[in-house]
Amino acid sequence: MFKILKYSFYDLIRSRWSFIYLMFYFLLGVVLLFLNNNLSNAIVTLLNVVTVLVPLIGTIFGVMYYYDSKEFTELLLAQPIKRSNIFLGQYFGVAISLSISLIVGLGLPFIYYGLFISDKIFEFLTLIIVGTFLTFIFTAISFFIAISFENKIKGFGIAILVWLLLAVIYDGIFLISLIYFEQYPLDVFSLGAVMLNPIDLARTLMLLKLDISALLGYTGAVFKKFFGTNFGVILSYLILIFWTIIPILGIVWKSNKKDF
Amino acid sequence: MKSKKWLFFVILIITTPLLATTIEVCSDCQIKTIKAALSVAKPNDIIKVKKGVYKETNLIIDKSLTIIGENQPTIDGQLKGDIFKIKSDKVVIKGFNIINVGKDFANSNTAIRVQKSNNFEISYNRFENILFAVYIEKSSYGKIINNKIFGNAKTEINSGNGIHLWDSKHILITNNYIEKMRDGIYLEFASNCEVVNNFSTKNVRYGLHFMFSNDNSYLKNKFLSNGAGVAVMFSKRIKMMNNQFLKNWGTASYGLLLKEINDAEIKHNIFEENTIAINVEGSNRIDYENNNFTRNGWALKVRGACYNNVFKKNNFLYNSFDVSWNSKMNDNLFEHNYWSEYSGYDLDKNGVGDVPYRPVKLFSYIVNKTPETIILLRSLFINLVDFSEKVTPVFTPDFLIDNQPQMKPIL
Repeated sequence: MFKILKYSFYDLIRSRWSFIYLMFYFLLGVVLLFLNNNLSNAIVTLLNVVTVLVPLIGTIFGVMYYYDSKEFTELLLAQPIKRSNIFLGQYFGVAISLSISLIVGLGLPFIYYGLFISDKIFEFLTLIIVGTFLTFIFTAISFFIAISFENKIKGFGIAILVWLLLAVIYDGIFLISLIYFEQYPLDVFSLGAVMLNPIDLARTLMLLKLDISALLGYTGAVFKKFFGTNFGVILSYLILIFWTIIPILGIVWKSNKKDF
Repeated sequence: MKSKKWLFFVILIITTPLLATTIEVCSDCQIKTIKAALSVAKPNDIIKVKKGVYKETNLIIDKSLTIIGENQPTIDGQLKGDIFKIKSDKVVIKGFNIINVGKDFANSNTAIRVQKSNNFEISYNRFENILFAVYIEKSSYGKIINNKIFGNAKTEINSGNGIHLWDSKHILITNNYIEKMRDGIYLEFASNCEVVNNFSTKNVRYGLHFMFSNDNSYLKNKFLSNGAGVAVMFSKRIKMMNNQFLKNWGTASYGLLLKEINDAEIKHNIFEENTIAINVEGSNRIDYENNNFTRNGWALKVRGACYNNVFKKNNFLYNSFDVSWNSKMNDNLFEHNYWSEYSGYDLDKNGVGDVPYRPVKLFSYIVNKTPETIILLRSLFINLVDFSEKVTPVFTPDFLIDNQPQMKPIL
């Protein structure tokens, strides 16, 4: 598995797309910092970018890489290697190289701007950790989808649809149901709904770090307990880990079952 | 030469009765306690208390005296009730370290209580472990200057206020430091008072609290991390200028609460990182000018019944919500404010945006109706909804509009 991981990782790290991805984050970081002149405003703007673009790019990259390296995969399948190792190796190769682009691309401008001497370092770390989690989750989801569908177009379409669903439509339905059921106690429901969507979960984790917890907490006792203490942060991270493991297990399951 | 000597004696004879005698109190003086000194002293005398610890309670001052602590002597009340009780005009208490006042809530035990006395001065004292530090009842023309008050309040029920005014007029409260009390400064039925340059922090309830107190002003004060910064209720003609409301951050916290306030002026204040910067209810004819609202949860939360208010030349910078409005009627005026979220253009380059700005976002309107939706703050869907509402306003109040949004922050 590690050999395959190494090959895909080096292959990707040398590719043009990783570099473009890295440059995109680098430029974004530079522009935000030097136009805003304020670390915490830049982090708030980045929050929007991270919760939307990181999953999208993870999805597209994952699907693209799987279909592109399909011939190589079929070659590998002919060798005496465990099936799950091949796919997991490729998956981790993609996910790790994307995460490195994200971390380096955003890290450099922030460090240059004086991150280590500012008190915003923990907010930035949360942003990076959450971004890395999202990369791993969405790459895994896209791999799972790509393995499930032979047809490239179909696979691509469904992967994008899943992203659209989780990034936009889910929140829309969430909002409408909150407004529709406004007469009922909603705090447990809304926390549950947040947990069921990794993008919402990531956003909430960032909001907790950005001190917006007080804004959220005034609504009710359940919110207050969740957002006001470390309980919320720990639970959110646990569920994020859970969200990462589930699609990876899906890849293993699908790859063992699939008839090539 | 001879006539000059004569003149000198005349002056001496005339002035001697005017000169007050000074009584010294210390552990090896003739008079060892402040209580003894108070009984010996005649009106207009000066009592000088030397450094040391004096275990005394219930010191009643019923003649005009100046009581000065030299090198900050300590008066220890041993948790047995009040310490000083001023019942005469023209009393000065200066330079003491007053500790361990009783905890009797029914009598609201106080370190220095002033009753029906005018022209007092309480200055340069330090208070620790007290229920109330300074309690002024039915007294006027006093000064409370340069005191430091350190409380240890944990809940609202079993704690007292730092400086408490009741039915008093023309009191000057300046340069005091107050921490961890219930209310830092509390004014009830007080008028024509000035609260200047105080620093009120970590109080359980409010940094400064007005109730039924008209014609007061508070200027250049700093309110940091209180339960809520300042509450102004049921009062008229209050001037609030050059104050700083910082980090009043909590689930039900605000920088400034206005309830039933008329004809006030709120100018040149700084509101930074409060959950709600200004929470307004039933307040009319208020001028909000040149205030800075930076990184608050809500900059302005208006809960209704507010008419004829003017919001002019304020900076709204990076607040989660600029304005939240709860009523359908509006004859308030927004003009010449700077909004960091404003994205219009200025073709004629006059510094004023050509497109009006609507400070109430659709999401703010939704959160008002269903508070739980705040969990969706900063999500992509909400941004899309806000954007489309900005392009074609349907839900947000169309009367709430700044027709002259500034292109650059107002200095």
